[in-house]
Order: sequence, then C-alpha cells, then structure tokens
Amino acid sequence: MRVNVALGYGLTGLLIAVILLGFVWLPYDPIAIDLDHTLARPSLSHWLGTDEFGRDVAARAMLGARISVLIALQTVALAIALGTALGVLGGFVRGWTDRLLMTASDAILAFPGILLALAMIAVLGPSRHSIVIALAIAYLPSTIRIVRSAVLSIREREYVEASRVAGDGALYTMWRHVLPNATPPIIVLATSMFGWVVLSESALSFLGVGVPPPEPTWGNMLSSARPYMHGAAYLSIAPGLCIVATLLGINMLGDALRDRFDPRAGR
Amino acid sequence: MSEAFLLEVDGLRIETEGPEPRALLEGLSFTLRPGERLGIVGESGSGKTMATRAIPRLLSPGVRIVAGRIRFDGRDLTTASEEELRAVRGAGIGLVFQEPMTSLNPALKIGRQLAEGLALHRRLGDAEMRERIVAMLRRVRIKDPEAALDRYPHEFSGGMRQRIMLASVLLLAPKLVIADEPTTALDTLSQREVLELMVELTAEFGTGLLLITHDLGLVAQYTDRALVLEKGVLVEEGDTRQVLSAPKHPYTAKLVGSMPKRVEDRQPVADTSPVLEIDGAVVEYAGKSGLLRSAAPVRVIDGVELTVRPGEIVALVGGSGSGKTTLGRASLGLKPLAGGEIRFRGVPLGQMSRGQRADFRRAAQLVFQDPFSSLDPRMRIGEIVGATLRHVPGIDRAERRRRVAASLADVGLTGFGDRLPHQMSGGQRQRVAIARAIVGDPDLIVADEPVSALDLTIQLQVLSLMQRLQAERGFACLFITHDLAVVEQIADRVVVLDQGRIVEEGATEAVFADPRSGYTRELLAATPGLALRALAEA
Repeated sequence: MRVNVALGYGLTGLLIAVILLGFVWLPYDPIAIDLDHTLARPSLSHWLGTDEFGRDVAARAMLGARISVLIALQTVALAIALGTALGVLGGFVRGWTDRLLMTASDAILAFPGILLALAMIAVLGPSRHSIVIALAIAYLPSTIRIVRSAVLSIREREYVEASRVAGDGALYTMWRHVLPNATPPIIVLATSMFGWVVLSESALSFLGVGVPPPEPTWGNMLSSARPYMHGAAYLSIAPGLCIVATLLGINMLGDALRDRFDPRAGR
Repeated sequence: MSEAFLLEVDGLRIETEGPEPRALLEGLSFTLRPGERLGIVGESGSGKTMATRAIPRLLSPGVRIVAGRIRFDGRDLTTASEEELRAVRGAGIGLVFQEPMTSLNPALKIGRQLAEGLALHRRLGDAEMRERIVAMLRRVRIKDPEAALDRYPHEFSGGMRQRIMLASVLLLAPKLVIADEPTTALDTLSQREVLELMVELTAEFGTGLLLITHDLGLVAQYTDRALVLEKGVLVEEGDTRQVLSAPKHPYTAKLVGSMPKRVEDRQPVADTSPVLEIDGAVVEYAGKSGLLRSAAPVRVIDGVELTVRPGEIVALVGGSGSGKTTLGRASLGLKPLAGGEIRFRGVPLGQMSRGQRADFRRAAQLVFQDPFSSLDPRMRIGEIVGATLRHVPGIDRAERRRRVAASLADVGLTGFGDRLPHQMSGGQRQRVAIARAIVGDPDLIVADEPVSALDLTIQLQVLSLMQRLQAERGFACLFITHDLAVVEQIADRVVVLDQGRIVEEGATEAVFADPRSGYTRELLAATPGLALRALAEA
C-alpha cells in the first residue's frame, strides 16, 4: 500500500519535473531535421536515439509529454466538470430531466468512443482543440452515469433527509451533503479517465487525425515509429514507456487521493 | 466422559494478526450436549460472533485461533484439514446468519438453492431430493411449497426467507445449528415465528442449538443454558433461568438491569390544544407498472387519525410494513399526502406561510434509527448539530456556537464538537442525533426506532437521556418502535398500526393490561423483553 502511494507521487512528480524542464531546456530542437543522423541508435549524444528524420527522440518525448498531458488534463477537466454537473442534476432532480439526460448519454454510448471522436474531428478539423472537445464528449456519458448513480444512492441517506428536516434548500443540500460524498468515485473516475485519454489521443494520432505533425505527442511518435519496429525498436519503446509510466503514476496517485479525502480512513 | 458432549470448546483464544496482536477472545471454554439449546449473550465487541465462527473454522482473514481446542462429534476441528472441515460444515454444523436479505443468493431459485447443499452432501435422485425439499419447506410453514421452488428469494418477506434459510440448514440434518442473531433484522411477529420453529424442529430432530444474540429476552425464552460474554471474556455461565433471574456477575446484572422497565410516575398530560393532528391521512406509493397496465398505487397509510398533545409521548407501534415509519415522515411533511390533512399547531402542513414553514423546520425534528447513516461522514459534529439553526432568524455565529455547545453538553458530549462521526461509537452518534434535534428547542420530535440499532446497555442510556430531556424541556414526542418493552418504559399513550390502519389506541397501561385487538395481543405475546420480565418477577 505504502509502495503504491510512493510510486504514485514519485512517477507523477517525475512527469511534472520533465514537463517543467522542457520549458527551459531541451537536449535538441525537437523538430529540427538532421538527415545526416537518421535512425541513430541511442548513444551519448542522442540518449534515446533519433527518428527517421534525424530528430532527437529524447527531446521529442519531453515536448510530447507536455502536449499529451495538456490535452489529457483539458479533456478530463471538461468531461468531469460537465459530467458532474449533469450527473448531479439528473440524479437529484429526477423526472424528465433525468430521462432526457440518460437517453442522450445512451445515444452517445451507442457509438464506439473512438469512432465518435473520429467523426467529430472530421467535422471540426484536426487541431488540439477539436481533439479535446471530441474526446470530452466521448467520455461524457460514462461520467454522467457514474456521478448520477453515486448521487442516487447518496440522496437516499438519512443525513440528506436530516438536511431537509433542518429546512435546507435543495441546492444547498446538493452542494453541502451530496457532492462532497460523491467525490471518491469522481476522483477515481478522473484519474482512470486521464489514462484513457492519453491512450485515445495516441490512438487518434496513430490513425493520423491527432495532433498534426511536426508537433510531437507520444501517440504520433508511436505511430511514426511503427514502420521501423524491426530495425529500430527503441523508437517505439521510449514513447511507450512514457505512456505506461504516466498511467501507472496517475492511477496510483488517484487511489492515494481517494483515501486521503475519505474522512474514515484512519491515520 | 467426554463422549456425552456434542461440542467441547476448551481454552479458545482468538487474536488479530499482525505485529501487535489484540485478543478478541480470551480462553473461552464451554460444552454442549446433543439436543441442548445454548444461548451466547453479549453486546457488540464481546466476541460472541467470533466464537461461533471459529467452531466451523470460518474466521474472516485477519484473525486467527492461537490456542485452544474445538471438539465436535468426536473430531478435533482445530487440527482438521480443509477437506474434513468441508464435510463437517453443512452436514454436521448448520449456520443461520443474521441477514436473510443477503444470505440467500438472489440469482437462484429457492429450489436450486436448497438442492445445492443437499447434492453436495447426500447422494440422492432428483425426485427424492425434490420430495425432501418440499417436505422441509412445508415443515417451516412456507405456503404452497411446490410453487415456492420456482420463486426467487426477493419474492419472500424477511421472515419467510429466514424460514427458508432454516429449511436449507435442517435439510442436511446437522447435529448442531448455529444461529447468529437470526432474527435481529425481523419484526417482533416474524421473530417469534422463526424462533418457535427453530426450537420446535431442533427439538424434534435432536439437534443442538447455539443461539447467539444480544437480546436477553430471546435467551430467556428459547434456551436451556446461557453464556454471557463481555469483551472476549466469559463472565457467567449456567442455567438460563438462574443466570437471568439471579445474575452473579455484575456485568450480567447490569445487562438484566438495562432491560426496559415499567415507569409509573409520569405526570398526566394537560388537556391543551394538540401540537400535531393527523386527520384522515392517506399516503400512497406508485405501484409496479407493467408493460401494458398502468400502476395502481399502493396505500401505505390508510385514513389514520392521531393527535399528539404538547409534552406527550405517543408510541407508534407496528411490525415492518405497517407504515409506522412513513407516518412519522409524513408528520414532518417529508412524504406527500394523497388524502386527509396533517396539522402542526393548528396549521395544515401544505398551507404554511414562509415564516411558519421556517419555524416548523425548527420546531419539528426527527431522530433516525441508524446513527451511522444519519450523520454526514464529512461534517464535524458541531456543524451537524448547528445545521438546524441555520434557518432560525436572529441567531448569529456566536449564538449558534453557544447553543450547539449547550446542546452537546446536555447529551453528555461536551467537547466533541470537532470530531467526525466515524470517530464516535453508535451510542455517541445517536446522542449527536438527539442534540441536533433539541438544539432549536423543538415542540415535537419524531423518533424513528431511535434505540433499536444499539446495544442493550446503550439503549438504556439513550432512552433515559430522551426521557430526561423530555421532562426538562417538555417537547412532545412521536416515538416509533416495534419493541413493546420500550413502549412501556417511555410512552403515555400507545397507537398500534397494522397495514396502514390504527388497530388499537389508548393509554399505555390500559393497552398493556387489556389489549382489545388481536394484533396487539399477538405483539404483546411475541415481545421477548416482556417474557424476561415475567421470568425475573416470578
């Protein structure tokens, strides 16, 4: 348990450090093409080697971290904010509002998320913003459902009834009693969603509709490394490890945060 | 001479695992003869459940047996292999658990479920198996047992499920049945049915019975011998009558003394205008609607007339499903009425002005049954208690803090304002709930089974606290309960509710001395606490 917490803080801290470092120092210009040194193996001058255009993989992974994480953060923030608001609304108000929300979510859920995102990007045009919007909408229904079901169970607790007996209004009750007690599942959801978004963004880049080149993300690095899998596997390993480490760190951080926010967790 | 015992437990010691083991049971020894009924009594944390789980070696992870011996039917269970234990569980020792809602698998039909255990231990043909199951279901008085085989657990009431559970245990003809609080989740009448059956059938089959309970009344009525456990230590053992009528150990004496008692010195209530008037109230729930037919509403409360005068304690009594909780909620305007009217200090609940409504929220309060779900786990005790005052005009922050402190002091929780609910015991939490109710100086408190989730000694403390506060502050109280023994201690008047209608109403003493409705008589006969008192007074 303690190991997980340490790993969560450690990996996430490392990620943040790398991103911050990227603002002040990168080993090479990540988009500078150097045709004399293409597909160079990892060496002292290029720690993680160079890609098919001779660009430094380490520099690209560092800049890619910034872009991938930024996209994931924006998407998660958007989906969680909207989803929590709508989920609480549906779960607390019930009636036709709830039915409308559920029908709409079911309609969105009926499409595979990646297909939906593809279609939306096709309409909005490939850019960072359209990726964020498309992915947020794809992840919205599950957020609404999870928040709604948490709210549905919490609103039946007796302390919510006690709040009514005290004469509190519905908004106050929702804000003071329902929402705080719904945070643990929301935190878990947000952190696991972060992981999924990093993966989805990679998948979109892999399919060629993600962040347009030459800007690097872990996803489009993986995508462009694919043809060289046999001769230059290190090209795939670097961004792949970045994704794995990020997901691991964020998920463990999420579990730690959830326990931290639980008043019952003894210390 | 050890062959005469079915079960011998000798020096059983159970500890938690980990670097700092804590003893949960310190050297428990007892014996049980074939066909004997033994009661194990204790409050939460006494180790009574632990002791009985240890016998078939079904301890949860994290605790282990560190010393002692368990001999069952000539076999040492402490050293038995997992395979030998499997043969003993079910066929040798049957277990009935507390919660009939979760001990039957909701996804399996009753027939399949009962056949499973039988198929595991006996080699029988399908027809014979079915025959035995139906016969056993008939024995536990399930109506139309053939049809019951094809039903799911949720189609049965709690009492019926517990009887089905009993049938599934007895099917294997075990030599010992361990029943762990088997009726705690049931109402008085179902409790009586289940226990009478259990006693009748175990006596007939010569099965030993180990009844674990916190309820002294049940022990008095249904066991031959009793053990009393306190914090993992056996403090008293002996013939049930002896133990309960002449307890030797001070803890047993305290338990017996905590049983609700008759109180005679209540002041008569003045004949003033009522604080609460329920006038022909009807409450309906939407029924189950099918695909093609629309739902016929189910009437939970059906034309109830009831008044509560200032300073009066009216007990609202009934079994589960009688509508007593719903009526309590409706009195506070928390459930909409489908008919009739409820008036608070003469004003109908639906027609209050803004100011009247705000004052109603201060003046009419609720104390819940479950002190664990009635307090927001994320709020400090002080905030929880003070919440009632948020809408009372003319109270500033300092005044609110002063009143909260005074109210907490009144319930004996001075200095607890900064704690979180999970840092307190069940009894303390219930006192917080009471402090929350009294902080605004209410005229009426609806108390919904306020002590039924608590241990016996704590029950007494909370009841006396409510009585003291009521005497000091003079609020009226609608006291909802299923336990007539408690009613006799606290109430001026009793109202008995059955299926949403009042079947009996009158002064407490009159109703207890001469119940007019058959339902009340049944309830009185089924109340274990009253049986115990008869035993103690005999």
